[in-house]
Amino acid sequence: MKIHVVRTGVANLASVLAALERAGAEPVLASDADEIGAADRLVLPGVGAFGAAMGELRRLGIVEALQQRIRAARPTLTVCLGLQLLAASSEESPGEAGLGVVDAAVTRFQGEVRVPQMGWNDVQPEPGARWVRPGFAWFANTFKLDRIPAGWTGAMADHGGSFVAAIERGEVLACQFHPELSGAWGAELLRRWVGGRC
Amino acid sequence: MLTVRIVPCLDVRDGRVVKGVKFQGLRDAGDPVERAAAYEAGGGDELVILDVSATPEGRGNAVETTRAVRRALGIPLTVGGGVRAASDAGRLLDAGADKVGVNTAAVQDPTLLTAIATRYGAQCTVLALDAARRLDGAGWEVVVRSGKERTGMDAIRWAVEAASRGAGEILLTSWDRDGTRAGYDLELIAAVRAAVSVPIIASGGAAHAEHMVDAVRAGADALLAASIFHDGETTPLSLKRALGRAGIPVRT
Repeated sequence: MKIHVVRTGVANLASVLAALERAGAEPVLASDADEIGAADRLVLPGVGAFGAAMGELRRLGIVEALQQRIRAARPTLTVCLGLQLLAASSEESPGEAGLGVVDAAVTRFQGEVRVPQMGWNDVQPEPGARWVRPGFAWFANTFKLDRIPAGWTGAMADHGGSFVAAIERGEVLACQFHPELSGAWGAELLRRWVGGRC
Repeated sequence: MLTVRIVPCLDVRDGRVVKGVKFQGLRDAGDPVERAAAYEAGGGDELVILDVSATPEGRGNAVETTRAVRRALGIPLTVGGGVRAASDAGRLLDAGADKVGVNTAAVQDPTLLTAIATRYGAQCTVLALDAARRLDGAGWEVVVRSGKERTGMDAIRWAVEAASRGAGEILLTSWDRDGTRAGYDLELIAAVRAAVSVPIIASGGAAHAEHMVDAVRAGADALLAASIFHDGETTPLSLKRALGRAGIPVRT
Protein backbone atom coordinates (compact mmCIF):
# COMPACT_ATOMS: atom_id res chain seq x y z
CA MET A 1 0.00 0.00 0.00
CA LYS A 2 1.47 3.30 -1.14
CA ILE A 3 1.12 6.09 1.44
CA HIS A 4 2.02 9.68 0.64
CA VAL A 5 3.76 11.58 3.43
CA VAL A 6 3.87 15.37 3.33
CA ARG A 7 7.44 16.62 3.38
CA THR A 8 7.16 19.68 5.60
CA GLY A 9 10.84 20.07 6.44
CA VAL A 10 10.30 20.42 10.17
CA ALA A 11 9.11 16.96 11.16
CA ASN A 12 10.63 13.81 12.62
CA LEU A 13 10.08 12.37 9.18
CA ALA A 14 12.45 9.41 9.50
CA SER A 15 10.53 8.02 12.49
CA VAL A 16 7.24 8.33 10.63
CA LEU A 17 8.62 6.64 7.49
CA ALA A 18 10.19 3.80 9.47
CA ALA A 19 6.95 3.16 11.37
CA LEU A 20 4.87 3.16 8.17
CA GLU A 21 7.26 0.64 6.63
CA ARG A 22 6.95 -1.58 9.69
CA ALA A 23 3.15 -1.25 9.31
CA GLY A 24 3.40 -2.72 5.82
CA ALA A 25 3.13 0.54 3.85
CA GLU A 26 5.32 1.89 1.10
CA PRO A 27 5.77 5.56 2.10
CA VAL A 28 6.40 8.12 -0.65
CA LEU A 29 7.24 11.75 0.05
CA ALA A 30 4.93 14.39 -1.40
CA SER A 31 5.12 18.16 -1.37
CA ASP A 32 3.03 19.09 -4.39
CA ALA A 33 -0.69 20.03 -4.38
CA ASP A 34 -1.63 17.60 -7.17
CA GLU A 35 0.02 14.64 -5.44
CA ILE A 36 -1.57 15.59 -2.14
CA GLY A 37 -4.98 15.98 -3.73
CA ALA A 38 -4.69 12.66 -5.58
CA ALA A 39 -3.09 10.52 -2.85
CA ASP A 40 -5.19 7.53 -1.73
CA ARG A 41 -3.84 7.81 1.80
CA LEU A 42 -1.92 10.80 3.12
CA VAL A 43 0.08 11.40 6.30
CA LEU A 44 0.83 14.90 7.60
CA PRO A 45 3.56 14.53 10.21
CA GLY A 46 4.09 17.34 12.63
CA VAL A 47 6.94 18.56 14.74
CA GLY A 48 7.72 22.25 15.09
CA ALA A 49 5.86 25.48 15.67
CA PHE A 50 2.30 26.24 14.45
CA GLY A 51 3.14 29.46 12.58
CA ALA A 52 6.26 28.04 10.93
CA ALA A 53 4.43 24.91 9.82
CA MET A 54 1.51 26.87 8.31
CA GLY A 55 4.05 29.09 6.57
CA GLU A 56 5.62 25.99 5.06
CA LEU A 57 2.24 24.59 3.91
CA ARG A 58 1.50 27.96 2.25
CA ARG A 59 4.96 28.08 0.68
CA LEU A 60 4.35 24.63 -0.81
CA GLY A 61 0.92 25.78 -2.01
CA ILE A 62 -0.85 22.79 -0.42
CA VAL A 63 -3.22 24.48 2.04
CA GLU A 64 -6.32 24.07 -0.16
CA ALA A 65 -5.50 20.50 -1.17
CA LEU A 66 -5.25 19.56 2.52
CA GLN A 67 -8.44 21.42 3.45
CA GLN A 68 -10.39 19.73 0.65
CA ARG A 69 -9.36 16.18 1.48
CA ILE A 70 -10.00 16.64 5.20
CA ARG A 71 -13.40 18.25 4.61
CA ALA A 72 -14.25 15.31 2.34
CA ALA A 73 -13.11 12.89 5.09
CA ARG A 74 -10.67 11.23 2.69
CA PRO A 75 -7.99 8.98 4.26
CA THR A 76 -5.65 11.40 6.01
CA LEU A 77 -3.58 10.85 9.14
CA THR A 78 -2.17 13.90 10.88
CA VAL A 79 0.23 13.70 13.82
CA CYS A 80 0.92 15.95 16.82
CA LEU A 81 1.22 19.49 15.42
CA GLY A 82 -0.63 18.01 12.42
CA LEU A 83 -3.74 17.77 14.62
CA GLN A 84 -3.36 21.34 15.85
CA LEU A 85 -3.01 22.64 12.28
CA LEU A 86 -6.62 21.57 11.61
CA ALA A 87 -7.77 24.30 14.02
CA ALA A 88 -8.48 27.92 13.19
CA SER A 89 -5.77 29.38 15.43
CA SER A 90 -3.23 28.62 18.16
CA GLU A 91 -1.94 30.39 21.23
CA GLU A 92 1.51 29.31 20.01
CA SER A 93 1.39 31.70 17.04
CA PRO A 94 -1.18 34.45 17.66
CA GLY A 95 -2.56 35.98 14.47
CA GLU A 96 -1.61 32.95 12.30
CA ALA A 97 -4.53 31.17 10.62
CA GLY A 98 -4.56 27.37 10.74
CA LEU A 99 -6.24 25.11 8.17
CA GLY A 100 -9.51 25.93 9.92
CA VAL A 101 -11.21 22.64 9.03
CA VAL A 102 -12.32 22.15 12.63
CA ASP A 103 -13.96 24.83 14.71
CA ALA A 104 -11.43 25.01 17.52
CA ALA A 105 -8.56 27.05 18.93
CA VAL A 106 -5.34 25.49 20.21
CA THR A 107 -4.34 26.39 23.79
CA ARG A 108 -1.30 25.92 26.02
CA PHE A 109 -1.21 23.50 28.96
CA GLN A 110 -1.92 25.40 32.17
CA GLY A 111 -1.25 24.88 35.85
CA GLU A 112 1.29 22.83 37.75
CA VAL A 113 1.92 20.22 35.07
CA ARG A 114 5.23 19.66 33.33
CA VAL A 115 5.50 21.49 30.00
CA PRO A 116 6.23 20.20 27.43
CA GLN A 117 4.17 17.11 28.19
CA MET A 118 6.76 14.45 27.41
CA GLY A 119 5.94 10.79 27.80
CA TRP A 120 3.28 8.09 27.81
CA ASN A 121 -0.27 9.06 28.69
CA ASP A 122 -3.43 7.03 29.02
CA VAL A 123 -5.75 7.49 26.01
CA GLN A 124 -9.50 7.03 26.51
CA PRO A 125 -11.64 6.87 23.35
CA GLU A 126 -15.21 8.14 23.33
CA PRO A 127 -17.99 5.70 22.55
CA GLY A 128 -18.19 5.59 18.76
CA ALA A 129 -14.49 6.13 18.10
CA ARG A 130 -13.49 3.81 15.25
CA TRP A 131 -9.73 4.04 15.02
CA VAL A 132 -8.39 4.83 18.49
CA ARG A 133 -8.56 2.17 21.19
CA PRO A 134 -7.70 2.51 24.89
CA GLY A 135 -4.01 2.37 25.71
CA PHE A 136 -0.84 4.29 26.38
CA ALA A 137 0.43 6.64 23.68
CA TRP A 138 3.56 8.80 23.41
CA PHE A 139 3.02 12.56 23.63
CA ALA A 140 5.49 15.44 23.18
CA ASN A 141 3.51 18.68 23.18
CA THR A 142 3.09 22.06 24.82
CA PHE A 143 -0.21 22.97 23.11
CA LYS A 144 -3.47 21.01 22.71
CA LEU A 145 -7.15 21.11 21.83
CA ASP A 146 -9.51 21.25 24.79
CA ARG A 147 -12.63 19.64 23.33
CA ILE A 148 -13.55 17.32 20.50
CA PRO A 149 -15.11 19.58 17.84
CA ALA A 150 -18.71 19.18 16.69
CA GLY A 151 -19.04 16.59 13.94
CA TRP A 152 -16.01 14.58 15.07
CA THR A 153 -15.49 11.73 17.53
CA GLY A 154 -12.23 11.11 19.32
CA ALA A 155 -10.28 10.27 22.43
CA MET A 156 -9.22 12.22 25.49
CA ALA A 157 -6.29 12.09 27.91
CA ASP A 158 -5.41 14.03 31.06
CA HIS A 159 -2.53 16.36 31.82
CA GLY A 160 -3.62 18.85 34.47
CA GLY A 161 -7.13 18.57 33.00
CA SER A 162 -8.54 16.68 30.07
CA PHE A 163 -7.29 17.41 26.56
CA VAL A 164 -7.86 15.96 23.11
CA ALA A 165 -5.69 12.93 22.35
CA ALA A 166 -7.17 12.31 18.90
CA ILE A 167 -10.10 13.23 16.65
CA GLU A 168 -11.53 11.23 13.79
CA ARG A 169 -14.12 11.55 11.06
CA GLY A 170 -14.46 8.97 8.31
CA GLU A 171 -10.91 7.98 7.41
CA VAL A 172 -9.45 11.20 8.75
CA LEU A 173 -7.53 10.49 11.95
CA ALA A 174 -5.74 13.35 13.70
CA CYS A 175 -3.58 12.30 16.65
CA GLN A 176 -2.05 14.60 19.25
CA PHE A 177 0.11 11.61 20.24
CA HIS A 178 2.77 10.09 18.01
CA PRO A 179 1.51 6.70 16.77
CA GLU A 180 4.92 6.16 15.16
CA LEU A 181 6.54 6.29 18.61
CA SER A 182 3.82 4.54 20.61
CA GLY A 183 5.34 1.06 20.62
CA ALA A 184 3.16 -1.96 19.88
CA TRP A 185 -0.06 -0.01 20.53
CA GLY A 186 0.87 2.64 18.00
CA ALA A 187 2.08 0.07 15.48
CA GLU A 188 -1.26 -1.73 15.68
CA LEU A 189 -3.16 1.56 15.12
CA LEU A 190 -0.95 2.37 12.10
CA ARG A 191 -1.44 -1.12 10.62
CA ARG A 192 -5.22 -0.74 10.83
CA TRP A 193 -5.22 2.79 9.37
CA VAL A 194 -2.74 1.87 6.60
CA GLY A 195 -4.95 -1.09 5.67
CA GLY A 196 -8.13 1.00 5.89
CA ARG A 197 -9.52 -1.40 8.49
CA CYS A 198 -10.81 0.31 11.62
CA MET B 1 -2.24 10.80 33.48
CA LEU B 2 1.34 11.16 32.35
CA THR B 3 3.47 8.23 33.49
CA VAL B 4 7.04 8.08 34.77
CA ARG B 5 9.43 6.82 32.09
CA ILE B 6 12.21 4.25 32.29
CA VAL B 7 14.89 5.12 29.77
CA PRO B 8 17.57 2.59 28.83
CA CYS B 9 20.71 4.31 27.59
CA LEU B 10 23.20 3.01 25.08
CA ASP B 11 26.62 4.61 25.24
CA VAL B 12 27.94 4.00 21.75
CA ARG B 13 31.51 4.17 20.52
CA ASP B 14 32.48 3.23 16.96
CA GLY B 15 29.08 1.62 16.43
CA ARG B 16 29.23 -0.63 19.52
CA VAL B 17 27.55 -0.28 22.91
CA VAL B 18 30.10 0.38 25.66
CA LYS B 19 29.90 1.07 29.37
CA GLY B 20 32.36 2.61 31.78
CA VAL B 21 32.52 4.15 35.24
CA LYS B 22 32.54 7.95 35.44
CA PHE B 23 32.69 7.92 31.65
CA GLN B 24 36.05 6.06 31.62
CA GLY B 25 37.27 2.46 31.23
CA LEU B 26 34.80 1.58 28.48
CA ARG B 27 34.03 -2.08 27.82
CA ASP B 28 31.99 -3.66 25.01
CA ALA B 29 28.31 -4.32 25.76
CA GLY B 30 26.90 -5.38 22.40
CA ASP B 31 25.22 -4.31 19.16
CA PRO B 32 23.05 -1.17 19.42
CA VAL B 33 20.23 -2.41 17.16
CA GLU B 34 19.86 -5.70 19.04
CA ARG B 35 20.00 -3.87 22.36
CA ALA B 36 17.46 -1.27 21.26
CA ALA B 37 14.96 -3.90 20.10
CA ALA B 38 15.41 -5.90 23.30
CA TYR B 39 14.85 -2.83 25.47
CA GLU B 40 11.67 -1.86 23.62
CA ALA B 41 10.38 -5.42 23.99
CA GLY B 42 11.39 -5.33 27.66
CA GLY B 43 9.20 -2.32 28.40
CA GLY B 44 11.59 0.59 27.84
CA ASP B 45 9.61 3.81 27.45
CA GLU B 46 12.17 5.53 25.24
CA LEU B 47 15.79 5.07 24.33
CA VAL B 48 18.82 7.33 24.60
CA ILE B 49 21.95 6.85 22.51
CA LEU B 50 25.02 8.82 23.55
CA ASP B 51 27.95 8.75 21.18
CA VAL B 52 30.65 8.86 23.83
CA SER B 53 33.47 9.00 21.33
CA ALA B 54 32.17 12.07 19.51
CA THR B 55 33.33 15.05 21.53
CA PRO B 56 36.65 14.06 23.11
CA GLU B 57 38.12 12.99 19.80
CA GLY B 58 36.40 15.70 17.81
CA ARG B 59 34.54 13.27 15.55
CA GLY B 60 31.13 13.43 13.92
CA ASN B 61 27.94 12.16 15.47
CA ALA B 62 26.21 8.83 15.39
CA VAL B 63 24.20 9.13 12.18
CA GLU B 64 24.69 5.54 11.01
CA THR B 65 23.84 4.04 14.38
CA THR B 66 20.75 6.26 14.57
CA ARG B 67 19.57 5.14 11.13
CA ALA B 68 20.04 1.46 11.92
CA VAL B 69 18.32 1.69 15.31
CA ARG B 70 15.40 3.71 13.91
CA ARG B 71 14.48 1.00 11.42
CA ALA B 72 13.87 -1.40 14.30
CA LEU B 73 12.67 0.91 17.08
CA GLY B 74 9.03 1.90 17.65
CA ILE B 75 9.57 4.14 20.70
CA PRO B 76 11.20 7.58 20.94
CA LEU B 77 14.91 7.92 20.37
CA THR B 78 17.14 10.67 21.76
CA VAL B 79 20.64 10.92 20.34
CA GLY B 80 23.47 12.97 21.78
CA GLY B 81 27.20 13.31 21.44
CA GLY B 82 29.10 15.63 19.15
CA VAL B 83 26.20 17.95 18.33
CA ARG B 84 27.92 21.28 17.69
CA ALA B 85 25.50 23.06 15.35
CA ALA B 86 21.81 23.05 14.45
CA SER B 87 22.83 21.27 11.24
CA ASP B 88 24.21 18.35 13.31
CA ALA B 89 20.84 18.15 15.05
CA GLY B 90 19.13 18.17 11.66
CA ARG B 91 21.27 15.27 10.45
CA LEU B 92 20.38 13.19 13.50
CA LEU B 93 16.66 13.98 13.15
CA ASP B 94 16.83 13.06 9.45
CA ALA B 95 18.47 9.78 10.40
CA GLY B 96 15.63 8.95 12.81
CA ALA B 97 16.22 10.67 16.13
CA ASP B 98 13.15 12.26 17.73
CA LYS B 99 15.14 14.36 20.20
CA VAL B 100 18.71 15.58 20.18
CA GLY B 101 20.91 15.94 23.24
CA VAL B 102 23.38 18.81 23.40
CA ASN B 103 26.09 19.05 26.02
CA THR B 104 29.57 20.55 25.50
CA ALA B 105 28.69 22.74 22.52
CA ALA B 106 25.75 24.34 24.37
CA VAL B 107 28.04 25.23 27.26
CA GLN B 108 30.42 26.88 24.81
CA ASP B 109 27.59 28.61 22.92
CA PRO B 110 24.19 28.65 24.66
CA THR B 111 22.52 30.15 21.57
CA LEU B 112 22.85 26.68 20.01
CA LEU B 113 19.88 25.57 22.15
CA THR B 114 17.79 28.43 20.80
CA ALA B 115 18.84 27.65 17.24
CA ILE B 116 17.78 24.00 17.54
CA ALA B 117 14.55 24.78 19.42
CA THR B 118 13.50 27.47 16.94
CA ARG B 119 14.09 25.21 13.98
CA TYR B 120 12.86 21.87 15.32
CA GLY B 121 10.90 22.69 18.48
CA ALA B 122 11.69 22.69 22.20
CA GLN B 123 10.27 19.15 22.52
CA CYS B 124 13.23 17.76 20.59
CA THR B 125 15.88 19.95 22.24
CA VAL B 126 17.40 18.12 25.21
CA LEU B 127 20.09 19.67 27.37
CA ALA B 128 22.49 16.93 28.46
CA LEU B 129 23.78 18.36 31.71
CA ASP B 130 26.69 16.54 33.35
CA ALA B 131 27.04 17.85 36.90
CA ALA B 132 29.78 17.12 39.43
CA ARG B 133 29.75 18.10 43.08
CA ARG B 134 32.19 20.92 43.60
CA LEU B 135 35.42 19.85 45.26
CA ASP B 136 34.54 22.08 48.27
CA GLY B 137 31.09 20.44 48.44
CA ALA B 138 29.17 23.69 47.76
CA GLY B 139 26.75 22.80 44.98
CA TRP B 140 27.49 21.33 41.58
CA GLU B 141 29.47 22.49 38.58
CA VAL B 142 29.03 21.62 34.93
CA VAL B 143 31.56 19.17 33.47
CA VAL B 144 32.09 18.83 29.72
CA ARG B 145 34.05 16.74 27.20
CA SER B 146 32.67 13.50 28.65
CA GLY B 147 33.70 14.58 32.13
CA LYS B 148 37.28 15.47 31.29
CA GLU B 149 36.86 19.18 32.02
CA ARG B 150 35.32 20.97 35.01
CA THR B 151 33.94 24.33 33.89
CA GLY B 152 33.29 26.06 37.22
CA MET B 153 29.78 26.95 35.93
CA ASP B 154 26.98 26.46 38.45
CA ALA B 155 24.91 23.48 37.25
CA ILE B 156 21.58 24.78 38.61
CA ARG B 157 21.96 28.20 37.04
CA TRP B 158 22.92 26.54 33.77
CA ALA B 159 19.76 24.40 33.87
CA VAL B 160 17.65 27.55 34.28
CA GLU B 161 19.41 29.36 31.48
CA ALA B 162 19.19 26.37 29.14
CA ALA B 163 15.42 26.02 29.73
CA SER B 164 14.93 29.73 29.07
CA ARG B 165 16.92 29.40 25.84
CA GLY B 166 14.74 26.60 24.51
CA ALA B 167 15.74 23.27 26.04
CA GLY B 168 12.50 21.29 26.42
CA GLU B 169 14.00 18.63 28.67
CA ILE B 170 17.06 18.10 30.84
CA LEU B 171 19.00 14.87 30.85
CA LEU B 172 20.65 15.34 34.22
CA THR B 173 23.66 13.13 34.83
CA SER B 174 25.53 13.02 38.11
CA TRP B 175 29.15 12.61 37.14
CA ASP B 176 29.93 11.46 40.68
CA ARG B 177 27.40 8.63 40.51
CA ASP B 178 27.74 7.54 36.87
CA GLY B 179 28.29 3.79 36.72
CA THR B 180 28.73 3.51 40.50
CA ARG B 181 25.33 1.93 41.33
CA ALA B 182 25.25 4.09 44.47
CA GLY B 183 21.85 5.61 43.54
CA TYR B 184 20.96 8.85 41.81
CA ASP B 185 22.19 12.14 43.32
CA LEU B 186 18.82 13.05 44.90
CA GLU B 187 19.93 16.47 46.10
CA LEU B 188 20.99 17.38 42.59
CA ILE B 189 17.64 16.26 41.16
CA ALA B 190 15.71 18.21 43.80
CA ALA B 191 17.79 21.35 43.23
CA VAL B 192 17.20 21.27 39.46
CA ARG B 193 13.53 20.39 39.94
CA ALA B 194 13.05 23.45 42.16
CA ALA B 195 14.62 25.66 39.50
CA VAL B 196 13.01 24.55 36.19
CA SER B 197 9.58 23.38 34.97
CA VAL B 198 10.75 21.26 32.03
CA PRO B 199 10.93 17.45 32.42
CA ILE B 200 14.03 15.96 34.04
CA ILE B 201 15.55 12.62 33.08
CA ALA B 202 17.63 11.50 36.06
CA SER B 203 20.86 9.72 35.19
CA GLY B 204 23.86 8.26 36.95
CA GLY B 205 23.97 5.66 39.70
CA ALA B 206 20.83 3.54 39.35
CA ALA B 207 21.11 -0.03 40.65
CA HIS B 208 17.53 -0.98 41.52
CA ALA B 209 13.90 0.15 41.73
CA GLU B 210 14.29 1.81 45.13
CA HIS B 211 16.81 4.23 43.68
CA MET B 212 14.26 5.05 40.99
CA VAL B 213 11.41 5.58 43.44
CA ASP B 214 13.65 7.95 45.42
CA ALA B 215 14.53 9.89 42.25
CA VAL B 216 10.86 10.30 41.31
CA ARG B 217 10.12 11.59 44.81
CA ALA B 218 13.02 14.02 44.42
CA GLY B 219 11.42 15.35 41.25
CA ALA B 220 12.53 13.22 38.28
CA ASP B 221 10.07 12.59 35.44
CA ALA B 222 12.12 9.88 33.81
CA LEU B 223 14.83 7.49 34.95
CA LEU B 224 17.78 6.61 32.83
CA ALA B 225 19.91 3.55 33.41
CA ALA B 226 22.44 1.61 31.39
CA SER B 227 24.55 -1.03 33.07
CA ILE B 228 21.70 -2.73 34.99
CA PHE B 229 20.03 -3.43 31.64
CA HIS B 230 23.18 -4.32 29.71
CA ASP B 231 24.12 -6.92 32.27
CA GLY B 232 20.64 -8.47 32.09
CA GLU B 233 20.02 -8.01 35.80
CA THR B 234 16.60 -6.52 35.27
CA THR B 235 14.22 -5.16 32.63
CA PRO B 236 12.40 -1.83 32.39
CA LEU B 237 9.12 -3.68 32.84
CA SER B 238 10.10 -5.34 36.11
CA LEU B 239 11.37 -1.99 37.42
CA LYS B 240 8.10 -0.34 36.39
CA ARG B 241 6.10 -2.98 38.21
CA ALA B 242 8.07 -2.13 41.34
CA LEU B 243 7.47 1.59 40.78
CA GLY B 244 3.78 0.87 40.31
CA ARG B 245 3.69 -0.97 43.64
CA ALA B 246 5.19 2.17 45.20
CA GLY B 247 2.25 4.19 43.85
CA ILE B 248 4.08 5.78 40.91
CA PRO B 249 2.12 5.90 37.62
CA VAL B 250 3.85 3.82 34.94
CA ARG B 251 3.02 2.27 31.56
CA THR B 252 2.86 -1.50 32.03
